[in-house]
Amino acid sequence: MDLAYLWFFIVGFFFIGYFVLDGFDFGVGMSLPFLGKDDTDRRVLINTIGPVWDMNETWLIVAGAAMFAAFPEWYASMFSGFYLALLLILVALILRGVSFEYRHQNKGVEWTKWFDRMIVVGSAVPSFLWGVAFANLIQGVPMDADHNFTGTLLTLLNPYGLLGGLTTLLLFFTHGVVFVSLKTEGDMRLRAQSLARKSGAAAVLVAAAFLGWTILQHLDSPHVWLIVTLALVAAVALIGSWLFNAVGREGLAFTAIALTIVFAVATILSALFPNVMPASNDPANGLTIENASSTPYTLNLMTWVAGISLPLIIGYQSWTYWVFRKRITRDTVLASSH
Amino acid sequence: MGEILDPLLLSRWQFGLTTLYHFLFIPLTIGMVLLVAILQTAWVRTGKLKYLHLTRLFGKIFLINFAMGVVTGIVQEFQFGMNWSDYSRFVGDVFGAPLAMEGLLAFFFEATFIGLWIFGWDKLSPKLHLATIWATAVGSVLSAYFILAANAFMQNPVGFEINEAKGRAELVDIGAVLTNPVAVWQFPHTIFASIMFAAAVMVATAAYHLSRKRHEDTMRTALKFGSFASIFGFAGSALSGDQLGLVMVQTQPMKMAAAEALYKTTENASFSIFSLGTPDGAHEIFSIRIPYLLSFLSTHTFTGEVEGINDLQAQYVQDYGPGDYTPIIWITYWSFRWMIALGGLGALISVVGLWLTRKGKDPKPWAWKVAIWSAPVPLVAALVGWIFTEMGRQPWIVFGLMKTEDGVSPNVTGLTVAISLVAFTLVYGALAVVEFKLIKKAAITGPDEWEHHDDADNVDHSKLATVY
Ligand code: HDD
Ligand code: HEM
Ligand code: HEM
Repeated sequence: MDLAYLWFFIVGFFFIGYFVLDGFDFGVGMSLPFLGKDDTDRRVLINTIGPVWDMNETWLIVAGAAMFAAFPEWYASMFSGFYLALLLILVALILRGVSFEYRHQNKGVEWTKWFDRMIVVGSAVPSFLWGVAFANLIQGVPMDADHNFTGTLLTLLNPYGLLGGLTTLLLFFTHGVVFVSLKTEGDMRLRAQSLARKSGAAAVLVAAAFLGWTILQHLDSPHVWLIVTLALVAAVALIGSWLFNAVGREGLAFTAIALTIVFAVATILSALFPNVMPASNDPANGLTIENASSTPYTLNLMTWVAGISLPLIIGYQSWTYWVFRKRITRDTVLASSH
Repeated sequence: MGEILDPLLLSRWQFGLTTLYHFLFIPLTIGMVLLVAILQTAWVRTGKLKYLHLTRLFGKIFLINFAMGVVTGIVQEFQFGMNWSDYSRFVGDVFGAPLAMEGLLAFFFEATFIGLWIFGWDKLSPKLHLATIWATAVGSVLSAYFILAANAFMQNPVGFEINEAKGRAELVDIGAVLTNPVAVWQFPHTIFASIMFAAAVMVATAAYHLSRKRHEDTMRTALKFGSFASIFGFAGSALSGDQLGLVMVQTQPMKMAAAEALYKTTENASFSIFSLGTPDGAHEIFSIRIPYLLSFLSTHTFTGEVEGINDLQAQYVQDYGPGDYTPIIWITYWSFRWMIALGGLGALISVVGLWLTRKGKDPKPWAWKVAIWSAPVPLVAALVGWIFTEMGRQPWIVFGLMKTEDGVSPNVTGLTVAISLVAFTLVYGALAVVEFKLIKKAAITGPDEWEHHDDADNVDHSKLATVY
């Protein structure tokens, strides 16, 4: 059974990776109308994430597949239960993904406008809904004795869920804008810094409210001290990021907001532990690490696979960021005709 | 209302349509990445500009297509849980492992190196850059293996034990799952089929330009390379398909009987190329037959016995209890034939095309037209091949272990599935049109974009940089 606990952390690790990495992709996507004054600007923005968005999104696929392999019950209950929310996320990801590739394939103004809209909406919808989904996950949802979700989409749209959504939306937005300031030069960089000051302030307020509410909901948890500690680290990192951004240290600001997301998701996971999908109506109907997990054989096998592949994955993905470390400028974009 | 919005029926339609749709893009991805990698290798090795231009042209077509493969794949990954939650609960312990391996060992690899390839022209040395496309190719091919191993478990479950208490299948031997004979032969079969389609796209593009006397030297090379690849792909599909058929007879005899609409167990069984029967397929009115072929396909002897539907049905009732264990016969019958016929047609066109264009000859205009319009032929062959495989498995979702009707999510309503089915159909439909137009545009534009500013001795790599 110990391996099942390990896999709770591994699945958590993949989701953290996904939110940190695709989080800034979403933020860059959402920032198009705010930072992109003309087409060249918008191309600069999109090119900051051009080479990496696909591999960042793959973290989601791996998180989902790892969940399937290690906790089939969790995968089955969560994905069938949050059906319509996931449908919206999927449609958004489809539209956003093709838009990066297709927007530059035709020169028409209308053409690019359509794809720009899809990038913005396609980034905003998942940013919001992932927060809603995870907030509901830790709050608990109604389930029957076979662990089937018995609510509807509206069940998920409760105040706490909505606040969770708003939190991820603002965090990812700010994360992306800080990333832009790190990856561009000149005017764009300055505008990004200024925008990050505003959105960052809003993010601090909303995230504090969300993390506070989360702590209040879990005061009777045996490890409330851990939840509080993680939430505090997240809050400190977020404020730190705001300060670093304010003084123009974008590298540190980016690191700090990435840490914010790491610790915010860790807070959520620690609030969940040792459940994976608690039931709000009857605790007996909920899923825990123990009753949702695969067999030791499968978990052992997956541990080997993950143990061997993860160092490689982290290695070649870091190398990719290194290869594309240069800042993107208007000149870079204008010099190439695609 | 209840009847129309049946969650099972709608989920089956949705899974079938979205998977077919995902597979619209997969053959071009798998096949083209291999062909492009070979072309780029030729460029790095010989320094001949035409190879560079072909690499870039078909690389561009590959990328337009790749984006669709990725976004439709994410849907696939989620749908098991969304629509087939009881199935996921039942097989997750076994089935999740190859899927997770696919993600960890193949998708990450592929998605990372594709980014390096697209944007790395001016940032990596030519050799290193070449390595990135080969890495992408390895990732694609590996991902196909893992997903096919997962699918093979549904066709022929191996390496598991049933845990009655938990009501699920549990993995006991991953080696058996990964070396499932169905997977072992599905894999080359699918890869060869993919090469065929990518080759047909290459031939069509070349034919278009040659018929207009543009880029003659470059396009002749593409025509030849594509035609040979197409013939190679067909030969490989036929050889591996033959083996796959033998395995199928062992593991799912009902599918082979349904492929021929063979009701009575027969020795010296013939194979009908065409037949007309009563609408349910149970009685034959007219047919054209090749003697002994079915026996040969099923057993590799001319006289071997092939089990018929009636006997198998009776046997399954004995083994699994009352029920209808026959797939929809007209679908299996025709999809099996069309797969082989269209694949053969594609290869035939390539052979004739090579003959007509031998030693730099120019064929009649109609011949170019045929080459252009026949591009989709191998794709349709591959799609109907999958329809055969998956519909022939019915009524099972996991052969012999779980029926499709027992796998569906119990708590997802018909209305909910209807909403997602409509959403996917609309989005997918619109994107298919866009994607087709973009590929056509890229193919028609050809290497124009690059041909002007390169000169042979001095390719400026910084000019090759791709930017969105
Ligand atoms: C260009 C495409 C193409 C071509 C020319 C062929 N096939 Fe095929 N066939 C496929 C594309 C395909 C496919 C779409 O890729 C399938 C679906 C599942 C699979 O692994 O491959 C398939 C499945 C499939 C199956 C079903 C396996 C199962 O359900 O377990 C059999 C028995 C064959 N094929 C046999 C053949 C034979 C004897 C061929 C002789 C020429 C042939 N195929 C040509
Ligand atoms: C890409 C090629 C594939 C195509 C075109 C395809 C096509 C189809 C079709 C047409 C159906 C509907 C059959 C019916 O309900 O009557 C189906 C069902 C299904 N397929 Fe596939 N399939 C493919 C590959 C796969 C793979 C690789 C897997 C698993 C790893 C898979 C898993 C399933 C499942 C779970 C169902 C739903 C249950 C069922 O209807 O039996 N398919 N597929
Ligand atoms: C029904 C089961 C299937 C599932 C769950 C599935 C899942 C996925 C996912 C999640 C992706 C996106 C990967 C990325 O982000 O890079 C993808 C792409 C891909 N799939 Fe599938 N797939 C299925 C069927 C198939 C089949 C039958 C094949 C081939 C035999 C295949 C081959 C590929 C390949 C080569 C890619 C990468 C290239 C591309 O994205 O176009 N898939 N698939």
